[in-house]
Amino acid sequence: MVEWSEQERTIITSIFASLDYEDIGPKALSRCLIVYPWTQRYFGAFGNLYNAEAIKTNPNIAAHGIKVLHGLDRAVKNMDNIKATYAELSVLHSEKLHVDPDNFKLLSDCLTIVIAAKMGSSFTPEIQATWQKFLAVVVSALGRQYH
Amino acid sequence: MTTLTAKDKDTVKAFWAKVSGKAEDIGKQSLARMLAVYPQTKTYFAHWKDQSPDGAPARKHGITVMNGVADAVSKIDNLTAGLLELSELHAFTLRVDPANFKILAHNMLVVMAIMFPIEFTPEVHVAMDKFLASLALALAEKYR
Repeated sequence: MVEWSEQERTIITSIFASLDYEDIGPKALSRCLIVYPWTQRYFGAFGNLYNAEAIKTNPNIAAHGIKVLHGLDRAVKNMDNIKATYAELSVLHSEKLHVDPDNFKLLSDCLTIVIAAKMGSSFTPEIQATWQKFLAVVVSALGRQYH
Repeated sequence: MTTLTAKDKDTVKAFWAKVSGKAEDIGKQSLARMLAVYPQTKTYFAHWKDQSPDGAPARKHGITVMNGVADAVSKIDNLTAGLLELSELHAFTLRVDPANFKILAHNMLVVMAIMFPIEFTPEVHVAMDKFLASLALALAEKYR
C-alpha cells in the first residue's frame, strides 16, 4: 500500500487543479510519438504520423492525448487505492490494446517534461519527486493485470 | 550502438550553442534533481559530508559533470574515442552502475525543458536524448 504524506497529496491535487488538459494532453502524447517513434505502432488508425509536424497537428492524436490525461483523474481522486482503481484499465491495455507496459514509462517521462516546461522553476526538485512517485504508482497499476 | 545522424548532430550542436552559457546552472540543477528524486543515487556520494541536493559538494559536482557533457558535444563525431579516459575512470575507479547514466540524463532533459521551454521542442528533445544515450554508451565502453 503506497503511503502519501499530506504535502504529497496537496502537490498532486494542486497540479491537476490548474492543469490545462487541452494543452498538456496533446503535447505529452505527440512528444512521446516523436521522441520514441516505436510507440506509433499503437496509432495506425490515427491518420498521418509521417513526421513531427504531422504528429503535432494531428487532431486524432490531440484528442487522444486529452483522453489519456483525463484518465489520470481517477488516480488523483483515489490516491489510496490506485491499484484497484486501474484494474479494469490495466486489463484493457493488456487484452484489447496490447500495449507493451514499458511504454507507460515513456509516456510518463514525456508528460513530466511537458509539465516541467509549463511550470518552469516552480517545478522544484521536491515537486518533481512527488510527481514522479505518483506517475510510477499509476504505471505500476496499469501493468498489474498483464499476464 | 546508437547512431547519431547528421541531423541529430546538427540539432545537438545548435541547441548546445544556445544553452552552453547556462551549462553550470543546468549541471547544478540536474544533479540536485537526481539526488532528490532518486535518493538511491546518493550511495555514490557517501564520502560527502553534505549530501543534500543543494549543498556545495553537489553543486560543484554538477558543474564537473556538465563540463564533461560540453566536452562530449565537441567530440560528437567520435564519442567512444573522445571519452576513452572518462570511460576508464568510470569503469575502474568510480564504478557507477550504467543505469544511473539514464537517470541523470532524464534530469538533464527536465532541466532543459524548464530553462528553455520554447527551444526544447520534441525534435530537440529526441536529438538530445539520443546524444545522451550515446554518451552513456561511450562512458560504459570500458566496463567489461
